[in-house]
Amino acid sequence: MSGLTLEQSPTTGDETITNYTINFGPQHPAAHGVLRMVMELDGEIIERIDPHVGLLHRGTEKLIEHKTYLQALPYFDRLDYCSPLAMEHSYVLAIEKLLNLEVPLRAQYLRVLFAELTRICNHMLNMGSHVMDVGAMTPNLWLFEIREDCLNFFERASGARMHSAWFRPGGVHQDVPLKLLTDIADWLDTRLPQLFEDAMSLVVDNRIFKQRNVDIAVVSKEDALAWGFSGPMIRAAGIPWDLRKSQPYDVYDRMDFEIPIGTNSDCYDRFMVRVEEVRQSARIMKQCLAEMPEGPIASLDRKVAPPKRGEMKQSMEALIHHFKLYTEGFHVPAGEVYVATESPKGEFGVYLVSDGGNKPYRCKIRPTAFSHLQAMDFMCKGHMLPDATAILGAIDVVFGECDR
Amino acid sequence: MAKVLHSAPKIAQIDGIADRLATALGDMLIHAKEEHGEIVLSVVRENVEDALRLLRDEHEYQQLMEIAGADYPNREERFDVVYMLLSVTRNHRIMVKCRAAENTPVPTVTTLWPNAGWLEREVFDMYGVLFDGNTDLRRILTDYGFEGHPFRKDFPLTGYQELRYSEEEKRVVYEPVELAQDLRQFDFMSPWEGAKYVLPGDEKAEGEGK
Repeated sequence: MSGLTLEQSPTTGDETITNYTINFGPQHPAAHGVLRMVMELDGEIIERIDPHVGLLHRGTEKLIEHKTYLQALPYFDRLDYCSPLAMEHSYVLAIEKLLNLEVPLRAQYLRVLFAELTRICNHMLNMGSHVMDVGAMTPNLWLFEIREDCLNFFERASGARMHSAWFRPGGVHQDVPLKLLTDIADWLDTRLPQLFEDAMSLVVDNRIFKQRNVDIAVVSKEDALAWGFSGPMIRAAGIPWDLRKSQPYDVYDRMDFEIPIGTNSDCYDRFMVRVEEVRQSARIMKQCLAEMPEGPIASLDRKVAPPKRGEMKQSMEALIHHFKLYTEGFHVPAGEVYVATESPKGEFGVYLVSDGGNKPYRCKIRPTAFSHLQAMDFMCKGHMLPDATAILGAIDVVFGECDR
Repeated sequence: MAKVLHSAPKIAQIDGIADRLATALGDMLIHAKEEHGEIVLSVVRENVEDALRLLRDEHEYQQLMEIAGADYPNREERFDVVYMLLSVTRNHRIMVKCRAAENTPVPTVTTLWPNAGWLEREVFDMYGVLFDGNTDLRRILTDYGFEGHPFRKDFPLTGYQELRYSEEEKRVVYEPVELAQDLRQFDFMSPWEGAKYVLPGDEKAEGEGK
């Protein structure tokens, strides 16, 4: 091994201490997927980290260029598979922006409702695995119970537990039954607060959890901006920046919610920001349920959104529209847009270039984890080896999204 | 501008911001356009770093959110490099764009934003655009030892190499791609509007004067 520094031992004089390089991952359970980190250690102190990403690269963006706009939608579920609907949200909004397409109000409410449910679902997984990475088992199991409830709701809305493909350009795929909405309302009042607060009571004031997280990876406001942080990472640094508030999309501008921010900008703050976000998400969901109007759930523009099946049995025109939409697909006016939404992990953007055809000319996906993971080296420097897992847990990386 | 019907994220509307930025950029700007509610500033490739520094320091675009590549093989300088900038104080977004060819490096912006490093590596990996001054321009998403730049339009979707675990050699082996079934690219474009080829049967009409 070259490039290592040799030192004389200060005590005995006959031993030599060398920096050594270890390989963290790609099959390490705390790596949250397939992350390989080449770490240079001085004893247990991290001197340098070189994260190697791309082990889950599937060429999603290239595949999307070969599919029609609608066919490309399910690829988004498979990016961040912990918050699939949040990924779809950016994509459908980008298409709608190019088309300048109006979305019915009920569809907007449904999207916000389910985007927030996705946020809760995502945070359950992240917080659970974060506490498990620093040594606690029980909260993870308890939080997974909530996640299981969320997945059941997704299944009842779309038929799929994870890869819903439920948001569509122009609205959502299908309306939800009333019973589902009332069940979600009951769940928000009973099970969610009960299970969640129970699990949090084990964690937030826990001595071991605090020892492992407080003052770990402190990032200043300036650094957070320069490194392109977003989501809970930038909010923990004390910058009240939330795209739902500052650049509202769908009906977020009608919602009344608070943006939690951190004071110390460490891993503990990042965790606590997420804890509060879950409560705020529940608040948004309650408002959605209270205010949700009746009406169509997808655009009535038949050149974009398909007709109902019943209509197709009666109307020749509806049949033609359906056939054209599912073979040729719709054409999107030429142009380019960059649409970013607040996914549970941060700013998730889609840069969509259309040449006027039925397939995207270019679809660049801006993953949240890319910028955060890049800062691993900068955040870990000088910390101990076990802190790396806490820092990684607080970033909330999912490699489906990071590697695309 | 047409009435906004969509419900995509609403950024702050600042009157005359495009003109003001265009004036500030001066000679560095090639042209500015505002379409679909997006401001796109095309700048001279050599001046990318200066232009972005100006926008960051004097016009409050603090964050570099993304660098996207795009390939237009018919053009002389075939690649676009697009920088998405975000201002958290003004609540505004702009795109800054420059063109590049395979042999014309773009000045790096790692000097301005530390997170530009990986973003530039990605554009290099996918398109082969070179970034002058980036000290760590390694591949990032593709396999160790990968050859070619997969997101170029002339790179086939199926790629050239596939890999499998070989029971005989007890390791993963690389082999040329062999498709058990042809890659199916359906053409659903309506022949009344879209067909750029001779429709089956139409070739007989050629040459047969009426």
